[in-house]
Amino acid sequence: MNMHTKPSQEFVMTRPDDGIKVGDPLLVVDHISLSFGGVKAISDISFDVRKGEIRAIIGPNGAGKTSMLNVINGFYHPQEGTITFRGEKRTKMKPHVAAHQGIARTFQNIALFKGMSVLDNIMTGRITLQKRNLLWQALWRGPAEAEELEHRRSVEHIIDFLEIEAIRKTPVGRLPYGLQKRVELGRALAAEPALLLLDEPMAGMNLEEKEDMSRFILDVNQQFGTTIALIEHDMGVVMDLSDRVVVLDYGRKIGDGTPDEVRNNQDVIDAYLGVSHDE
Amino acid sequence: MSPDFLNFVEIVLNGLMAGVMYSLVALGFVLIFKASGIFNFAQGVMALFAALTLVGLQTGQVPFAHLINAILGSNVHHWGDGMNTFLAIFLTMGVMILLAWLVEKIVLKHLVNQEPIILFMATIGLAYFLEGLGDLMWGADIKTLDVGLPVGGSFWWEDLTREWAATGTEYYGMYIDVLDVSATLIALVLVIVLSLFSQYTATGRALRAVADDHQAAMSVGISLRTIWVIVWSIAGFVALVAGIMWGTKSGVQFSLSLIALKALPVLILGGFTSIPGAIIGGLIIGVGEKLAEAYIGPFFGGAIENWFAYMLALAFLLFRPQGLFGEKIIERI
Repeated sequence: MNMHTKPSQEFVMTRPDDGIKVGDPLLVVDHISLSFGGVKAISDISFDVRKGEIRAIIGPNGAGKTSMLNVINGFYHPQEGTITFRGEKRTKMKPHVAAHQGIARTFQNIALFKGMSVLDNIMTGRITLQKRNLLWQALWRGPAEAEELEHRRSVEHIIDFLEIEAIRKTPVGRLPYGLQKRVELGRALAAEPALLLLDEPMAGMNLEEKEDMSRFILDVNQQFGTTIALIEHDMGVVMDLSDRVVVLDYGRKIGDGTPDEVRNNQDVIDAYLGVSHDE
Repeated sequence: MSPDFLNFVEIVLNGLMAGVMYSLVALGFVLIFKASGIFNFAQGVMALFAALTLVGLQTGQVPFAHLINAILGSNVHHWGDGMNTFLAIFLTMGVMILLAWLVEKIVLKHLVNQEPIILFMATIGLAYFLEGLGDLMWGADIKTLDVGLPVGGSFWWEDLTREWAATGTEYYGMYIDVLDVSATLIALVLVIVLSLFSQYTATGRALRAVADDHQAAMSVGISLRTIWVIVWSIAGFVALVAGIMWGTKSGVQFSLSLIALKALPVLILGGFTSIPGAIIGGLIIGVGEKLAEAYIGPFFGGAIENWFAYMLALAFLLFRPQGLFGEKIIERI
């Protein structure tokens, strides 16, 4: 084992313990179907994400991966099926409620607050952990100030962890793509999520940036014990990082299992390499 | 100093202070536009409505008196001597917050993800509704508003400046309305408080986040609807301040809602998304129109003050459509 297995003392986990043991299902997606008008984006997909694992969702373009993520964090409301997260079943849920339950995410085409500094961006990630209300904040002194400083401390740890100290005060819009992706990960981490959703965390990166990002994802999983579900196109990365993989194609699930199982699954091979249909 | 120069200084000073009054209205527009992309046509009427409510509460008018009398045949108009000014301001603020909450609940909630033009039309409807409601509640007569702010010219300043003029010249000193001075100070405090709030508090950060990217804001756990209520409440507060200032200056009358139109050139100059832009845009318009009136006006037979601001805005649209401080929007194709 490596030296990172001990959970960091610096992060105070403020979310109540849900009583789910490592290895038990944290998120259960059950017979989900989603369509836009007549177009079916997802048909009857079921899978689960276990606490403490890295779960990859892969599939060719248009397979419904991002739609699945949008369903999980409440941007889309599926017509059929249920989602159970931390033991609570839900059908329709607003994204901000999902965030309050402990789901944080990043986006395929980075969705940062471009006019705000790196520090402020990551601070917004802690909004769900904010306890003092508007009136206290308006006064700012006292409890609200103490709380702000406490959040600030946690954010500084994340900045250390992601090695972005040098750009703390830079407006995000001015940063290169790779660093923006890293800041977005930082904002999601600041929420101390129970489930971290990453939508193509390595898209458009060069080899070195990919290696850095892989290292961060592994560290997050091992150091903080964060459960991660990620979408990724780079097969090498997916096979190295993830504990289990679910494969989608045309909105259907065609494979589910360990990287080795998935790699040898004939349906998956066909979907990726193409198969002639006249056989 | 020569009287000509002192005259110039007087015009600039008065222009700056007139500009502050425009900025107060423009500020309300910018707050809502930044947070929700809605151009709130009702901002001017909100200032009027706030001023009407304040006067009504202060003087102890019975709301809907005419309506009640028409239906019941009674003759109610006042319920006493009115109330303390501070209490009245406090209650008016409560009414503005209630209004913000109702606007979200009744209008905005149902128009999420609609085209900006549809939201804009909804605010036009809101403007007419509020104007009618204000009329029905408090009556259409012109009211004087006195919250204890000093008004009138400053003799001290007049005497002081008279001594600045070169000896032997006929110069009678500068005229400055002390109400304008207090308006300037209040606007200054307002802007500083708003900036501190948006920079250093978690809610302020959430406001900026929503202004920047709705989707990302939702994903970190910000409720758009809560933010909208907060933003409309703040805009209501700014409208109240503007209503107090304009109401004290020229009486609470329904033409106050038209001052919103003067905020348009201010916004075009300063940019729709910038708070400093609203302030500086207001100052430029204020100074510009007063200087134009004094120095260019005589060639046109005077009274160019009323349209000069719009000409300036048109010129700006040609050369810098995003305004001085607005974000340049580059659409990727």
